[in-house]
Amino acid sequence: MIALKKGHGELARQIQERSGINFNACLHCRTCTNACPFVAGMDYPPNALLRLVQMGMEQEALESSTIWVCVGCNTCCSFCPMAIDIPAVMDSLREKALATGVKIAEPDIVSFHDEVLKTIEKYGRTHKLEIMMRYKLKKRDFLSDMGVGLKMLKKRKLDLTPSRIKDKQALKKIFKKQIKQHKIDKQ
Amino acid sequence: MGKKTYSFFPGCSLKASGHENTQSLLKFCDMVDIELEELPDWNCCGSSSAHSVNHDVARDLPLRNISLVPKGQPLLIACPSCLIRLKQSFLGLKNDGNLQKKYEQDWGRPFDPGLEIIHFFELFKRIQLKAYIKDPKTRLKGIKVAPYYGCMLSMPPDLRNEPSHYGLMEEALSSLGADVISYGYETQCCGTYLSVAKPKLSERVVTQIISRAMDAGAECLVTACAMCHLNLEIRCALKNPIPAFHFSELLSMALGAENQKKWFPKHIVDPLPLLKQRGLLKS
Ligand code: SF4
Ligand code: SF4
Repeated sequence: MIALKKGHGELARQIQERSGINFNACLHCRTCTNACPFVAGMDYPPNALLRLVQMGMEQEALESSTIWVCVGCNTCCSFCPMAIDIPAVMDSLREKALATGVKIAEPDIVSFHDEVLKTIEKYGRTHKLEIMMRYKLKKRDFLSDMGVGLKMLKKRKLDLTPSRIKDKQALKKIFKKQIKQHKIDKQ
Repeated sequence: MGKKTYSFFPGCSLKASGHENTQSLLKFCDMVDIELEELPDWNCCGSSSAHSVNHDVARDLPLRNISLVPKGQPLLIACPSCLIRLKQSFLGLKNDGNLQKKYEQDWGRPFDPGLEIIHFFELFKRIQLKAYIKDPKTRLKGIKVAPYYGCMLSMPPDLRNEPSHYGLMEEALSSLGADVISYGYETQCCGTYLSVAKPKLSERVVTQIISRAMDAGAECLVTACAMCHLNLEIRCALKNPIPAFHFSELLSMALGAENQKKWFPKHIVDPLPLLKQRGLLKS
């Protein structure tokens, strides 16, 4: 049995305001869950995650792996009978999870996003090779996936030098605050 | 016929790892009298990463690109994910007066609500292929191909009124004589960046997609997304997977382009044996 805590509507209110999505219309028909290709990697399927938010179970929702495993492919919401933009809800939950400093269920995914953003901040475009190297360095894991990396290098699918934009001022305007690495404690 | 000019946004995937996609796309457009002008000094759209961890940056990156488009030119976006990012930003801008003010301040250009942002599929629909090929049915004759869209046809609710492109590759390929295979996994997402951070998860979906296509009798896959193409190539756990083409490669080939020798060696799964076997490539 789940006892709703006092003020349980607060989380839903915040996330609704931030994302602009009214997920209270959710029928829990599970169409999203049946459509999602990555449910296998999630602790809560997409509709259950919405339920957690509706019931104000903040810790469970923000510490879920679901919000990080979701790639925003829009498969769920293109089938949702209530046209609920689930990936937009996930965006807001991720943002809140990082801001509140809860335990992050998928630190590798966050660290990948951080590396991507850092190369965009530096060059205005992503630089795959640098992202991969730094990501691997942080994980202290160079051996897994070596084969794939080498194949990509050989086929020139990982350019050695970054492609960069000329207008550095523009980047400063966009990245007003420097991208900081999110500190994540491994669970 | 005069050439029509489009502003062209390649995006990071095509720029850095999908060289053969870019080259064949440019070739195709050139052959059908379309001139692509690369958007000057374009930047990354922010992709899923900005969306995941930094909302302000995710909002601002696409806006600068929008401000760079020469007036009157439609903007062609090669990558389906970049397309959604830019379209959503454009829509956000259209509906938000304050954001328009900020945009004009930041980028020193008035907001142009008439800007047309389109995907390659939309451009393709405007072309009369028959005007360029006399014997279309012979061009890809006999090749058993499984179209793969990944998540590109799935639109978030705010873009639901966008034109739908279901069946576009099927129609195009069969009009060129190919044998189109249906296998039920055409619109299963490839996992995008999970390929890096959760390789096992993306291996699972990619292997499933390719096995189903092979079970249904496909000899190759065709995709219109450089990111999907890469994942299909690097994350398939099968020993002898079938090759995957970029849609633009098959189209240019069908039109009689001759510079494939530069494209195909960039594939990790070599498509040449298949093309030779089907007599689709001259020596
Ligand atoms: S498909 Fe839509 S209405 Fe159905 S459970 Fe999912 S979010 Fe709720
Ligand atoms: S957007 Fe997220 S939740 Fe929806 S189907 Fe894709 S991965 Fe699953």
